[in-house]
Amino acid sequence: MANDHGPAGGDAGHSSRLDEATGTHTVGHEWDGIEELDTPLPRWWLTLFYACIVFAIGYVIAYPALPGLHGATPGVLGWSSRGALAAEIKAADASHAATRAAIAATPVEDLVKNPVLLRAAIEGGRAAFKQNCVQCHGAGAAGSKGYPNLNDDDWLWGGDIATIQQTLEHGIRYPGDDATRQSQMPAFGHDGILTAAQVQDVVSHVRVISHQEPASAASQRGSAIFAQNCAVCHGANGEGGRSVGAPRLNDAIWLYGGDRATLTETVTYARAGVMPAWQQRLDPVTIKMLAAYVHSLGGGEATATAPAAPPATGQ
Amino acid sequence: MNAPDPRLAMTADTPVKLYEKRVPVFPKKITGPFRRFKWAVMVLCLGVYWLTPWIRWDRGSYAPHQAVLVDLAHRRFYMFAIEIWPNEFYFVAGLLIMAGIGLFLVTSVVGRAWCGYACPQTVWTDLYQHVDRLIDGDRNAQLRLQAAPWTVAKLARRLFKWSVWLGIAFLTGGAWIFYFADAPTLQRAFWTGTADPVAYATTAVLTLTTFVLGGFMREQVCIYMCPWPRIQSAMLDEKSLLVTYKHWRGEPRGSLKSAKQQLDTGLTPLGDCIDCHQCQAVCPTGVDIRDGAQIGCITCGLCIDACDAAMAKVGRPRGLIDYCTLEDAAREAQGQADTPILKTVLRPRTLIYFGVWAAIGMALLFMLGARTRLTLSVAKDRNPEFVQLSNGAVRDGFTIKLRNMEDRPRPVTVSTSGLPGALIYTDDMDDHAARPVLAMTVPADTTLRLRLYLVGPVGTKPSPVLFQLKATDRDGGQDQVKATYSTPQGNGQ
Repeated sequence: MANDHGPAGGDAGHSSRLDEATGTHTVGHEWDGIEELDTPLPRWWLTLFYACIVFAIGYVIAYPALPGLHGATPGVLGWSSRGALAAEIKAADASHAATRAAIAATPVEDLVKNPVLLRAAIEGGRAAFKQNCVQCHGAGAAGSKGYPNLNDDDWLWGGDIATIQQTLEHGIRYPGDDATRQSQMPAFGHDGILTAAQVQDVVSHVRVISHQEPASAASQRGSAIFAQNCAVCHGANGEGGRSVGAPRLNDAIWLYGGDRATLTETVTYARAGVMPAWQQRLDPVTIKMLAAYVHSLGGGEATATAPAAPPATGQ
Repeated sequence: MNAPDPRLAMTADTPVKLYEKRVPVFPKKITGPFRRFKWAVMVLCLGVYWLTPWIRWDRGSYAPHQAVLVDLAHRRFYMFAIEIWPNEFYFVAGLLIMAGIGLFLVTSVVGRAWCGYACPQTVWTDLYQHVDRLIDGDRNAQLRLQAAPWTVAKLARRLFKWSVWLGIAFLTGGAWIFYFADAPTLQRAFWTGTADPVAYATTAVLTLTTFVLGGFMREQVCIYMCPWPRIQSAMLDEKSLLVTYKHWRGEPRGSLKSAKQQLDTGLTPLGDCIDCHQCQAVCPTGVDIRDGAQIGCITCGLCIDACDAAMAKVGRPRGLIDYCTLEDAAREAQGQADTPILKTVLRPRTLIYFGVWAAIGMALLFMLGARTRLTLSVAKDRNPEFVQLSNGAVRDGFTIKLRNMEDRPRPVTVSTSGLPGALIYTDDMDDHAARPVLAMTVPADTTLRLRLYLVGPVGTKPSPVLFQLKATDRDGGQDQVKATYSTPQGNGQ
């Protein structure tokens, strides 16, 4: 209270005095009778503060800390976040090693016989797909115009697991891989093989066999042209030809589109999609897992049982 | 606000410190009905806490055999015949709500009974204060020892007492870990040094907190740290039982000698309180109940025992300090009779608390009886929402979870209804094997996660579809979940 002071303000207050109630000195200022105690920092706080400083010095020595022009000081422990990540990845890889070895040792057709291994392969493939495949085929593997939907039951080159694996390894029309899947549709209109009217007739025929429009005079004419020019790859009834990756034409699925304009464009200029040969970038086990994943998406076909080879011995 | 604080005004000769140091409490030994009740509650609480993890319960080969077990690692909570999965956590939430409302109910009827008898802080403080009396002697001996200089003998005695405290802290606080793992196995592992580091860390922390809170902090926890006394203070009303010093009977207080003097000199006779300070001496939190209800009073009733004993000695009726509601205190002060106990207890507030409490309990029991131990959940693929197939049909993908919460494998079928002619298959089957109903076995105590494909016949319109899970063993049981079948025409909603 102000009763032990002189009048408020003035220089008279500029001297520190002992406050009896608290046993603490004042700072020596007075504002309208209000004084400030010069209470020291609590000792525990001060101790912690100094401890933090000591800790910080140790930290700067031990860990990367002081920034420089080309990076921070490395610290005597040699720790780095990138190094920690590498160690974690290494540990994760090590924990997968046994499964990967088992997948490596199993022919891809036989994965189906081992449900546990198949499950592991599908999950591994799911992860690899997100990293490598979604850019073209989409996160849900549903594809888009020119990029096949991998969920459906329509396969250009074959949908059993071994065929999928081969497609993954060598890609499609991929330069630099001798075993890549190769085929080339002629640009019937552009190269003058068919006239524009003939192209329209073929398009009519294709739309008839895919049940998009009723038969017409044009489709009758197109049927003959189709038999001469297209059936060799796409089949007499448009059932497709997997040996050359010729799409099935008499179904409900279109890679580029089944409307007249798109079909006209396709027949006139031809189509030739490209897929990378993934064996140049991915290891065989990852490719096998990707094959298992793609095969599991719902349209996977059973491996055709090869005709049993005659026993070499025993006869 | 111009008047100076009287304490500050005294500065010149007696400097007042703004920090008040704790006055250690050395409660005196006392016997009586409340003390006996406190013993009984302590034995019950500590006994239940200590022994429960050791009760065995046969659950067959798929689940642990501990009656009460919180299996965090496998996300299961076992309580005798009840097994709770994380998705059924509302049972635990319901129990916690019941505990909360139960505390409201108890508080509105008998005041701070939780604080006085059952609170772990009270139980352990009481136990530790008993250890003090066993080792250092009763109140006066403890006061003398406290004031005595630090000699080797005092140090030895203190070290001995602290070791006993530590031992009790280790045995009781440390026992907490047995609720989270198989107790006998964990105990063996603990002593052989092979238990999980978490077990040692938990034991260390709980031993330390028990040691510090029960040995050194004691009533300071109630007075300074615990929010509950404040909440309870707000919840008490004029019909809640409080430990009450009946000042209209006790005042003016005075020793027997001064009472006699008063009588001899013909002045106003003194009240019944003989100012023996026994109520204060036995108080575990060191308050003087004669100052009235206060936050330090945990209503343990030990001062009632002390006062009754004193009154018996001087031949006056018991109950100068007694459990009493504020309402009855006012009536008694005016010489009226107490309200009948039933009228105090059965009042709208307590009945509503009890009603809510009982309703939640009944609801939990009903849900426990009606819950299914075999459940299905279905999540529809959003990308892609549907897949066009070659033949014109449309296929939708789903992720389904079959949850078998029983400790035995269950044979089940999965089927759909709402889409006549629909076929289903999983991602490890090929589409030629698709059929209307899939049979499979869900392993015991397991959630089976499947990718399921649903193909509607060509031309099927988008529509709601019902997924059905049926157990095909003798016990049966089923679950069903609504979902939608999407096609390029729409999403079936």
